[in-house]
Amino acid sequence: MASVLAEDDSALAARGNATPEAVVVRFAGDSGDGMQLTGGQFTLSTALAGNDLATFPDFPAEIRAPQGTLFGVSAFQINFGSTDITTAGDAPDVLVAMNPAALKTNVEALRPGGLIIADSGEFSKRNLEKAKYAVNPLEDGSLAKWDLLAFDISALTMESVKPFGLGNKEALRCKNMWTLGLALWMFDRDREPIVQWLKDKFRKNEILADANIAALNAGHAYGETAEIAGPLRKLTLDPVPSAPGLYRTVTGAEAVSLGLVAGAQLAELPMFFGGYPITPASAILHNLVKMKEFGVTTFQAEDEIAAICAAIGASYAGQLGVTSSSGPGIALKGEAMGLAVMTELPLVIVNSQRGGPSTGLPTKTEQSDLYQAVYGRNGDAPIPVIAARSPSDAFDCAIEACRIAVRYMTPVILLTDGYIANASEPWKVPDPASFTPFPVTFLEDRNGPDDTLLPFKRDDRGVRPWIKAGTPGLMHRIGGIEKAIDTGNIDYSPAVHQSQTDARKAKVDIIAQDIPEQDVCLGKPGGTLAVVGWGSTFGPIHQAVRRARAKGLDVSHIHVRHVWPLPRNLGALLRGFDNILVPEMNTGQFKTVLRDQFLVDARPLTKTSGQPFAIAEIEQAIAHFFDRIPDNEGGEVDADATQLPSIKAVNP
Amino acid sequence: MNDMTPFQTTLKDWETDQEVRWCPGCGDYAILKAVQRTLPELGANPANTVFVSGIGCSSRFPYYVESYGFHTIHGRAPAFATGIKLANPELDIWLVTGDGDGMSIGGNHTMHLLRRNLDCQVLLFNNEIYGLTKGQYSPTSRPGTPSPSTPNGSVDRPAQPCAFALGSGARFVARGFDVSKELPSVLKAAYHHKGAAFIEIFQNCIVYNKDRFEDFAAPKGAEGNQLWLQDGEPMLFGSEKSGGVKGIRLNLDHLHLEVVDVPDGDWQASGVIVHDVTNRAIAHMLVEMPFGEFPMALGVLYDDPRPTFEETLLGQDAQVRAGKEANLAKLLAKGQTWTVAEDGPKL
Repeated sequence: MASVLAEDDSALAARGNATPEAVVVRFAGDSGDGMQLTGGQFTLSTALAGNDLATFPDFPAEIRAPQGTLFGVSAFQINFGSTDITTAGDAPDVLVAMNPAALKTNVEALRPGGLIIADSGEFSKRNLEKAKYAVNPLEDGSLAKWDLLAFDISALTMESVKPFGLGNKEALRCKNMWTLGLALWMFDRDREPIVQWLKDKFRKNEILADANIAALNAGHAYGETAEIAGPLRKLTLDPVPSAPGLYRTVTGAEAVSLGLVAGAQLAELPMFFGGYPITPASAILHNLVKMKEFGVTTFQAEDEIAAICAAIGASYAGQLGVTSSSGPGIALKGEAMGLAVMTELPLVIVNSQRGGPSTGLPTKTEQSDLYQAVYGRNGDAPIPVIAARSPSDAFDCAIEACRIAVRYMTPVILLTDGYIANASEPWKVPDPASFTPFPVTFLEDRNGPDDTLLPFKRDDRGVRPWIKAGTPGLMHRIGGIEKAIDTGNIDYSPAVHQSQTDARKAKVDIIAQDIPEQDVCLGKPGGTLAVVGWGSTFGPIHQAVRRARAKGLDVSHIHVRHVWPLPRNLGALLRGFDNILVPEMNTGQFKTVLRDQFLVDARPLTKTSGQPFAIAEIEQAIAHFFDRIPDNEGGEVDADATQLPSIKAVNP
Repeated sequence: MNDMTPFQTTLKDWETDQEVRWCPGCGDYAILKAVQRTLPELGANPANTVFVSGIGCSSRFPYYVESYGFHTIHGRAPAFATGIKLANPELDIWLVTGDGDGMSIGGNHTMHLLRRNLDCQVLLFNNEIYGLTKGQYSPTSRPGTPSPSTPNGSVDRPAQPCAFALGSGARFVARGFDVSKELPSVLKAAYHHKGAAFIEIFQNCIVYNKDRFEDFAAPKGAEGNQLWLQDGEPMLFGSEKSGGVKGIRLNLDHLHLEVVDVPDGDWQASGVIVHDVTNRAIAHMLVEMPFGEFPMALGVLYDDPRPTFEETLLGQDAQVRAGKEANLAKLLAKGQTWTVAEDGPKL
């Protein structure tokens, strides 16, 4: 039977009439309805209310999809509560649908019994047709398994902004603020910060500011005064105690950019960023262009290849070269990565992974570039790989990538994904004084006997010196052809290639001695089941393991940041578990790496739908695991507790 | 080029201890010597000089020049050069490429380097064949070129490197050939041009495309086959020995160039035009002149500098940075923030 662990878990409070510990709200509307803005401001108000939170925007790939269409729906989901929040939530409890298309594309995700707030004013015949509804779903009873509140938000908004004399179109644009006002009322939030924000945003157009504030207040007042029985009620979630300090929200793309800048500062180097526009990585380029005073040079190259090549060139000239892309672009950079391995120059390569192969799912998330990162180059070309687990973690990972790159004269791959890049979470702003600098020393004098220069003379860690092109007296040639030991002159004799291949591998292997040992982030360093993750699956794995442990299952969560080389104790740690489950948003890539490196029986739990794992999916997989253990009471999950059907993704 | 204090060197100072590994008789030897002879005359400083190359026979060049050198990957040398130059604009960059490297796999990068006008010298060795991969036809091969990959003759029309360069927005376009005595003067002109200076250097591949350029490069008859352009000088070629002095005239009715006889040296009477290196329209015609009907146009065909990529970009960056403090703590705390105190969060 499963070992019973005495661990109280307060996150499992039942839903129902009691105030829940966490609520998931999804705002969905047409791309033009301003849902991302609404979500962003609701996020701030949530943070100010002291709730923990995580958010995830889900917007269409089309830039200006035709209004009212199914593929033009833009959504923003926020999970917030009085307990630790690590995911954007599974099934929403509340869906705000601004038009029929938004309802159609999102309603199935809503938990049974959840609340739909719909703008009935947008459910016109034309809009229903665009959303491929034969009959109005607000009227035909098809939404019976949910609570439905439909009222004419459009008309109520128009009414509220009437005094400002706006045109029809402009007036209707205030709908999102009306809706936000209602949401603020529902969760007992202060309107003042939003009012301030609106005043600032529309400081050049006072009328618009006032109209939006009026709409916000009207939405709030509607909640306050409308006599609606039943589902619409005010909820106050207790704040989560967090460490005192300054906080902000941060997306993964912001955190990577800030981390790269911090990393370059800690290395005391100017940074050169070569990029080429690609979703969802472009945000990093957009962020870095605004940070030039930190010695950042940005270069939008003619293609992905030129972007990385220019970054390598900058490293050759003594700057910290950085490039960034997503899977298809990373594929194009492969040959140049090999050159950086061969010439042993520092370089940071950020991959914001998206669904693949080929163009795949540009705006959706996946973790399917792990093989590409670890193995995806010609020749034996080992590159350290680091994976961020959350938006804020991407900051620390970016610094770590810079540190390893300059300390080991190697390209380093930093993996994030579409979820991390776009999702946001609260972040306690770190104090730069708490960072450990890793200043770079360039070779200034000849380092060989008899006043000779040995550009590839390795130190005790196997690392060659960094020589800045332009340094007097240290002229030398580097290139992609195999090179002699120490001198770096062309030499492809058998013994030399053997020796240099070994040296390049050893140099990367030794990094395992310079990274932290693998910890167990929840549970014990041994037992029945280890759920091992990497990257953005952190949130759902963590919550699922927490819930399973609360039920008494002997399961632990291990989350790996250093994907290559792996932490030195990881093999021994994994061998302390009877079973290993590896949830990944791919077909089982990290599972393969673990099997290969440690000969352990790692089992995959895979998902490639372009959506992050739901907590319930992992919880079900864990339960299934315990169900299969003979003479075990099982880990069956109460369907009502998680509100999601079990998935059949547990591969035997 | 850069404004650098002249540096005293000799040809020997620009030679490395590496054994040169081109085929005996390869035109690359002559180009290497021309470069090594020219650099001391330019007062170039080896520590400030970087030779960047792609892949191919020509791209082995950096290993033989005692300066900084980067032998990169196929076709991408322009991108590496861009990163190097932006990271340190004081470095003088010589980019060595070939017809395969620069016009085929790396055509895209060549185009963008030229249109951006990165300050560097681009030496494109054109031997009209793939040498290092053993003789396949290249994008500049003439139609009908038999090769291991085109045993019945190639069928595609060749790219014209100088026309490509001009079309890409190059502000300096020149031509020379490997064994030409004039090559150093062309190299010097390229060095002194601030911005991307593109030189097509016809180069004899002794093994796979032997004597391909003999029709105009051979010393015998050179006078009548080569039009060496000099800024401010009439476009004259040939001598009594080669069948008479001739010149290039602009046919104003049909807007094309034509060859005219110049009796008694009176070129003005024959309507021969004077070479103006800043005349872009004429440059377009010069690079397109088919050899045979016309002589081969050589020397500096076009030279009209514009602000360079790196000075414009880095200048803009400097303006953006001016007066801004690089305060990491402030950067991290940017945007909407709130403070968690003992009694809860507040703005």
